[in-house]
Amino acid sequence: MIRLSIPLRQALARLTLPLMVAAAFGTMLLGKADTVIAERARTALADVLAPLYAVMAEPLRAVQDGLDEAQSLLQLRTDNVRLREENERLRRWHAAALALEAENVLLRRQTNFVPDSAPSFNTARVVADGGGTYARAVLLATLPGQPVRKGQVALDERGLVGRVTEVGSRSARVLLATDMNSRVPITLEGSRVRAMMLGTNGVRPRIAHWPEGSTPQEGERIVTSAEAGAFPAGLPVGVVRFSPSGAAEVELFAQLDRLDMVRLFDFGLRGILPPESVARPEPRPQRR
Amino acid sequence: MDGPSLRPRPGRQEPAQGFWRRLDAFARAALPPVATALLLLLVAAFRGAPALVPAVVLPAVFFWSIFRPLSMSPVAVFALGLLQDLVTYAPLGIGVLSLLVVHGLAFRWRRGLAGWSFLSVWLVFCGLAAGTAGLGWLLHAILALRLPPPEPSIQFALLAAGLYPTLAFLMTRAHRAMRQAELDA
Repeated sequence: MIRLSIPLRQALARLTLPLMVAAAFGTMLLGKADTVIAERARTALADVLAPLYAVMAEPLRAVQDGLDEAQSLLQLRTDNVRLREENERLRRWHAAALALEAENVLLRRQTNFVPDSAPSFNTARVVADGGGTYARAVLLATLPGQPVRKGQVALDERGLVGRVTEVGSRSARVLLATDMNSRVPITLEGSRVRAMMLGTNGVRPRIAHWPEGSTPQEGERIVTSAEAGAFPAGLPVGVVRFSPSGAAEVELFAQLDRLDMVRLFDFGLRGILPPESVARPEPRPQRR
Repeated sequence: MDGPSLRPRPGRQEPAQGFWRRLDAFARAALPPVATALLLLLVAAFRGAPALVPAVVLPAVFFWSIFRPLSMSPVAVFALGLLQDLVTYAPLGIGVLSLLVVHGLAFRWRRGLAGWSFLSVWLVFCGLAAGTAGLGWLLHAILALRLPPPEPSIQFALLAAGLYPTLAFLMTRAHRAMRQAELDA
């Protein structure tokens, strides 16, 4: 170790803090000027941490499940009443759906309807919260060979979760639909009105930019719209709810607070991606 | 309170010498930042509580800056802030700067604060947490050129203030144990 005189060492110690504050400003500028560096650093860190989180995920899930269990025991009775009503309603819808399906088959036989090809998907495990105070994201543990790429659409078993924004060799980050930076083109299913769903970091994203004269209706179903080529049309998103202050919001179908697995769909869409990934086209498996 | 135990008691094991002793001292010096980093990574795995990570790091930096300023050096604070920013998906530098400010203030006031009662230190910390939340909000607004919603910041300040007693209790235990070991050595 280098021996320094005490006054020099004291002077150095006093200088460290201002130096570090200057470095903090430098980091801020660097992060703002060159987002690629920040993203690389994040991805590298996530790659290192993903296996660690994958190991911890099981015990953590046990703890969270325990808490959820306790909570659900407390509201068992109200849940039961609600479920009974819902079941009744669903039974009626089931009958309606069967009738409609039969009619659909009948009508389809009489037209030259070309069915959509089945999209390919792969499943990944959610291992950690990839968000912070101002971000809503989750970290996925992926396998090195798994075909995950930016812009893939993540769905849970109920509906839209978000999009893949960063991909490492063994991890990927999904920006949730509730994030402040999330903008999803949507269609109100009943009226076929186009609008945007804006994340607010809250539980329910807001609906904005619907055309004049056609306001969303409470309880109306919302699906994605193919506008801008970022999402395919018709993925289930949620239903319209009005907040107490009268703002139109979306109650998402996906359970973002208890994600454990998501399916990453590759619809082969290249709309609205960071320029870096657009410049590097990759061969897409031929559609049937 | 540890007046009587200042001298090694008779019949105790002789303290380690040379290499082991230095290793011991190094481990003690590294404990505060390393334990904070591990806690940060552990807490980041919890889903559904986004403000939890900064709310856990802030009390640790504040506490160690007062009681073990040599271990929680500005460089360590910088590294912790960078780790926090990378893990929480925040714009780089915001966590670094807020933690450095808290560290600087705590370091400057440490002689006074170390003698105060727990309650008054907690109150000071609450004020600092509110200030940090405000600073973070402001920096976010400047970097993103739009006003972020205030709720996450408020949530962060309240969480940090609420978590401080528990964390401070654990860190006080660790601090006392380390001081005891240093006196024995």
